[in-house]
Order: sequence, then C-alpha cells, then structure tokens
Amino acid sequence: MLQRRGRTLGVSLGMVGATALVAGASSAALAEFKPQKPIEFVVMAGKGGGADKAARLMQSVIAKEKFAPVPVVPVNKPGGSGAEALVYLKGKKGDNHTIMFTLNSFYTTPLRQKGLGVDVTSFTPVMRMAEDTFCLWVNSDRKDINSVDDFVKAAKAKGKKWIMAGTGKASEDNLLTDFLNKAYGLEMKYVPYKGGGKVAKELAGNNADSTVNNPSEQLGFFEAGKTKPLACFTDERIGLFKDAPTFKEIGKDFVYYMQRTVVGAPGMSDDAKAYYKDLFTKVFNSPDWQTYRKKKALQGDALSGEDLMAYWKKERDVHESMLKKMGEIK
Amino acid sequence: MMEIFGLLGQGFTVALQPFNLTLIILGCAVGLFIGAMPGLGSVNGVAILLPLTFLVPPEGAIIFLAAIYYGAMYGGAVSSIMLGIPGASTAVATTFDGRPMAKQGMADKALTTAALASFVGGTISVLLFTFFAPPLAHVALTFGAPEEFALMMLAFATFVGLGGDDLAKTIFSICIGLVLAAVGLDIMSGEPRLIFGNITGFMHGINFLVLAIGIYGIGEMLWTVEENAKAGGKSMLSEATLTWARTKTNIREFLGTWKITTMGSVLGYFVGILPAAGATPGSLMAYGVGKQMSKTPEKFGKGAMEGVAAPEAANNAASTGSMLPMLTLGIPGSPTTAILLGGMVIWGLEPGPALFESHPDFVWGLIASLYAANLFAVILNILFIPAFIWVLKLPFTILAPIILTLCLVGGYAPTKDMHDVWLMLLFGIVGYLMRKLDYPVAPAVLAIVLGPLAEPAMRQSLLISSGDPMIFFTRTYSGPIMVVAIILLFLPALMPLFRRLSGKKASKAEGGAS
Repeated sequence: MLQRRGRTLGVSLGMVGATALVAGASSAALAEFKPQKPIEFVVMAGKGGGADKAARLMQSVIAKEKFAPVPVVPVNKPGGSGAEALVYLKGKKGDNHTIMFTLNSFYTTPLRQKGLGVDVTSFTPVMRMAEDTFCLWVNSDRKDINSVDDFVKAAKAKGKKWIMAGTGKASEDNLLTDFLNKAYGLEMKYVPYKGGGKVAKELAGNNADSTVNNPSEQLGFFEAGKTKPLACFTDERIGLFKDAPTFKEIGKDFVYYMQRTVVGAPGMSDDAKAYYKDLFTKVFNSPDWQTYRKKKALQGDALSGEDLMAYWKKERDVHESMLKKMGEIK
Repeated sequence: MMEIFGLLGQGFTVALQPFNLTLIILGCAVGLFIGAMPGLGSVNGVAILLPLTFLVPPEGAIIFLAAIYYGAMYGGAVSSIMLGIPGASTAVATTFDGRPMAKQGMADKALTTAALASFVGGTISVLLFTFFAPPLAHVALTFGAPEEFALMMLAFATFVGLGGDDLAKTIFSICIGLVLAAVGLDIMSGEPRLIFGNITGFMHGINFLVLAIGIYGIGEMLWTVEENAKAGGKSMLSEATLTWARTKTNIREFLGTWKITTMGSVLGYFVGILPAAGATPGSLMAYGVGKQMSKTPEKFGKGAMEGVAAPEAANNAASTGSMLPMLTLGIPGSPTTAILLGGMVIWGLEPGPALFESHPDFVWGLIASLYAANLFAVILNILFIPAFIWVLKLPFTILAPIILTLCLVGGYAPTKDMHDVWLMLLFGIVGYLMRKLDYPVAPAVLAIVLGPLAEPAMRQSLLISSGDPMIFFTRTYSGPIMVVAIILLFLPALMPLFRRLSGKKASKAEGGAS
C-alpha cells in the first residue's frame, strides 16, 4: 500500500517537474525546488570504505543541522568498480532526487568498460567536497628506509619480490605503483586487496613491503608508530607529515589526487541543481566537515557547476593517458 | 591484571549510567527484532540507525549500536529455527539443526538452547576480550592472505570431511555455490565476471542472502505446500508446545552440552578477531567441530541440540571478537563492524592501536556494556519465546503469506535491486528441486559465504609467492592450520580404509566412542 502510494506520488511529481520544465526553462519565476521524498545518495563503493564513511558523515551532518527537509539515504552500489552505480545513475535521467558520491573510478571505469556507454560529462556536477591525497608508506620496522632514495635502493635489491599492496587492479593505487616503477626503474609486484583499510593493515602486519595509501587509511597505524610516510604525491607537504617531502621536491613532477565529489543524475532541472549546490555548500562549510577534512588531511576546495565539469574533463584525459601507458586500454 | 580491573570498573561506571543502560536495553530489543526479520540483519539495522547516534555522546552511541549488533545475533537464531530462513549469514549453521528440531515439535528447546548458548558464548568472549585484547590484536595484525586462505580451507574441511551425506552430491553442491560466488567483480583482474553481457544486477555479485532465502525460505515453503496438499491442508509448519516442566528439562539438557558450547565460544572468539573472517566462518567451523566432538554425530543435521548450541555460542563470541580488529586495527572483522567504524569517524574517533590509551572511556565503556548487553539480550530473548511459539501455532495458510513477504523483503533489502528478488525466486525453485533429488543444500550456501573470502586470499598468496603453493605451509600460522585442514578433508576417504584395516567388529564397537 505504502509503496503504491509512493509510486503514484513519484509519477505525479515527475509530471509536475516535466510541466515546469516545459513551461519556463528560462523564466526567472521558477518555483524553488524542494525535495518531496527522501534523497537517494548512491555510494560508488561498498559499506565501510573511505567513500562510504564520508557519505555517511555528510548524511549525519545534513540530518543533525536539519539542512534538508527530507532524509538523505545512502545506498551502496559497489559492483564492477562502480560500473553498477554509474549505469544506475545514467538510468535516472531527469531525476531530481538521486545524487551520487564518487571517486576516481568515475573516470577509469567508463574508460575501461566502454560497453557501459557511460559518458561522465552527461552527469550533473554538484560539488567537489575534497580531494584525498596519497603518500608512499613503509613499515616503521624498516629502519634502513627513511627516504625515497633508501626505498628505491631496497626495492631494487628485492626486484620482483618487493610487494606493493593496493586496492584493486587498475585502481588509483595501481596507477601510482606503475608510476613509481617507471620513474625509478623498479619491478615491484602489485597485489590487489579489497579496500584501503585492508591494504594499510597488510603493511602494518609486514605482509607487504610498501603501499600508496591515503593518509586517512594509515593514520591509526601512523599514530601508533607502526608505519611511516616517505613522500607524498601532492603539490605541498601535508600538515600531518611535515617530514615527508613531496615527489615534486625530490625531482619527480607528479601529483595525484582522488576526488570526493557529489554528482547528480543527468538532466537534473536547474532549480534542483541550485538546491543541491546550496545544500552541499552548507555541508562543506559545516564545522563537522571541516574538522573531518583537517583530520583526514584532505585537500581541494569546493568546486561546482562549470568549474567542476572542466575539472572532470581534465582529469578524465589525464586518466585516459595513464591507462594507455599501463596498457589497460588502447 | 589489577590495572585491567581498574579500567573495567571505570568502564562499568560509563556503561551503567541510567541513560546508557536504557540505550543498552533499547538496543538489545531493537537488535532482537531486526535479527529475527530475515534480510534485515544487523548490518542494515546498524546502518539505518547510525545517523541517529549523533544525538548522544560517542560512548552512548557505540554502546547503543553494539547492543543492536549483539541483540541481532540472538535474534538471528529465531528466524533460522522458526522459519528455516537464516536472517543473516551468521545464523546459517543454526538452521541445520534448529529447523529440524522445530519441525519435530521441539521449537521451544531449540530457542532456549540458542538463547543460552548465545549467552555463554557472549560471556566467555567478553571475558577473553577483557583480559587478552592487546596480544591477540598483534596476532590479528600479522595474519596475511596465506593465513586467511588456510582458515577458509579449514572451514570447508570441517564440513566436507564430516561426510554423512553423499560425498559426490556434497561436492557438487559446493561447486554450485562456488560458481555463484564468482559472479561479479574480480578484484585481482579488475574485470567483471559472469555478468552475462552487461546485466547490471550481476555486477554486485550474488548476495549470500539471495541464495539462502531462496533455497531455505522459498524452497522450504514449496516443499511444505506440497506436504500440506498431501495431508489435506491439515499440516502445520511446525508444532510446538511450551510448559514449565519442558523448560526445566530443556535447561538441564542444555547444561549437558557444556563442552561443545565452550568449544564454540572459544573457537568463535578466535576466528572472530581475525580481520575479514567475522562470525560466519566461526559459526560454521564450530558446527563442524561440534559434530566431531559429539557422541552422537549421526544426529547432526536431523535435530541435534548440540548442533544449535555450537554455532550459536560461536556467532555471539565472534561478534565480540570482531570488535577487536575494529578498535585496534581499524579493520572491520565483519560487515556490521564496518558500519560501526564509519560511526567512529562521525564521532571523531580514530580507530587504531592508540585508541585504548587515547579514549579509555570509550573502549572500556564499550567492553563493560557488552557484559550488560549480554545479560539483557538473554533475558529479553527468553521472555519472548512464548510469543515466538504462539506464532508457530498459526495455521500454515496464514503463516505462508507472511513468510513469503518476509522472504521478498529480505531478498530486496541488502542491495535494493529487484534483479535480486527474481534471482531469489529462481533459487527457490532450484532449492526445491535439490531437496526433491536429495542434494544437500547447506554446502552450496557455505560455499557462497566462504568462496568470496577464500578466492582472493588464495590468489593474493600465490601472486606474492610467484605461484609457489608452499607459501601456505611455510608460515608460522598458516602451516599448521593448513595441515589440519588437509587431514580433515581426507578423513572420510581414510576412514573406510581405517575401518577395513581394524576389522568390522572393532569399528562397530568404536562407533560411539570416536
């Protein structure tokens, strides 16, 4: 009964939306958009991962500060490195109540799986909430490794037996490992694990020789003195790890970030776009989100609208050329 | 040692504040309900209630969510026993004997056993947690892919090695489960597997619940419908009675299973602390080992009390155990603790080896709350048994539509995808046919639960060793586990040989003693 009522409501709303769209696309007197039913917040990753945690934090902030009149409901769609989520959002064309929280598989998955027919520039840019950073990590037991030079020496000596743990094939970690192998003439073996937390633990437990974790994933072990960062793939040094230089400083001009971005269904109405921009600006400026950004060493300003779209296009091209170099795509 | 008592005492002052105590009781009740509903499960329950917890301080929040997790472990047994549908993967093993007991009119006994075994498992594990957390955290940390695979092998072996059913059919059933487990993303190659072109519903793989609810819930219902038609509409789903005298006997009989219950508790706890293993392998292994220890192994699968006690003690113990890697390593030991970890982020806490020192109120408040949660969960559960029994007395014609609805919701809830509901109905028919043709269905469910854990672990290990399988045998922890697993695996093949060698008479005499 409830379900049926919900559906009719949805249909009639859709119709109202469509009429409004036809009636006055350019009219300034457009009725302000207000969500009429719970907002579905698709998470492009599984429960408990970094993206999921951030999405649930945003959900909590919205509920706590009463930023939205309806609940925001996270729905995890981790299938196929985000392919499932992308296809799902693509199918929600014109829907004003579906948004998604995304990361860099937003670029790589459609590039690698052309059959999905997903064009990320067709999605509605809402807001980039942060950029996560990456560092090169080793276990603190390795007293002989205190710099990237030491690392290169040790990894060279071990050749193909040097284990680099990461989060899945052709993922961000894999791209960075490939970069390190090429840049320093190494032959590290890349072993994929499920999730960054697992990867961090493999390093702390000495089951891997190095990782390229996000700071947030290694933070617990770092604070306990179990692991240490050697250098970071950022423009400037990260406040938490003052002693770790950037790769730029040591002569390899390579920076790499992972977006933490909210994206809307394709063809979202203009007033809905404005609504979500406003909503996530409030979330971005909330003390909880700012504290989270600081604690997790996140960077990247808020970015929305055309600026965000331009950023996507640039990043997609960067990833395309990286994947080509890896031989993952032609 | 004195220090631990001091810290625990401090924890109790947090946990026993009237407000937190209310949260514990509320959490247990909510958890019991959530656990008893197939498909809802503690993962979804905790995820749904997570945003509410910002209303209370972090100690209260974790205490509330942990109580839900805990209560759900108790509740999971209820739907396993009464409906034959495991509500969560942790309750699968409880179905094996709990369901037959209910069908034989011993639902009260099964429910009492489950509640008491859960209590014992929970209490033993919290004690172990209190006194041996830091050294065990170290073991959990060094556990790598080879150890994980060895552990999964052991879980499979305790099952296959027990024989009983037709071995060929058991292996066939396992293979079906493994193939279904392979559907979805292959993390090693980054490519989707077995998605039949680009059916998006297959991209997230086949959730264990889709298979379990299909085979057990729908399949069982079809089976009962057939029996009901044969009996002229008079057959009931299960018969049950409840009297004080019966309850006293039940409790006395439960005390007789103390050896197996203790084994389940300790085993469950140790498997639970291993990252990524969680309560499911723990409860399945406890069932397997319980059968080995039992004086009447032939009763297992046909309604043995010990077959309910072992996995129920283990899954509660493991749920406590899985809090350890969560707090000290920031690694979820189970899907539910993954959500709890997310909660810790929201509350501004950093899980990791330093948490015990930096937030003693939080950690010890949680530990102390587990003692209390255990007590309230068992009391609530026992108080509810008469209500459960009453539900069972409803005629099948009323119960069947309710169960079907629960099954459909249960198939939809984990992924919110109608694709999975259709798939579940299909599995229901498959499950019915398997039962008709006398194929054991439990091994298929076991394989779909353990397969996704075992496969990446094996491939990661072999990648690390460049394809050398000796990696499983040369490491401190994986070596011994692997050897035991192999011995258990080939036990059914060796047993007849052993019997033939020792003569028929001896084997008959030894039948009960082994």
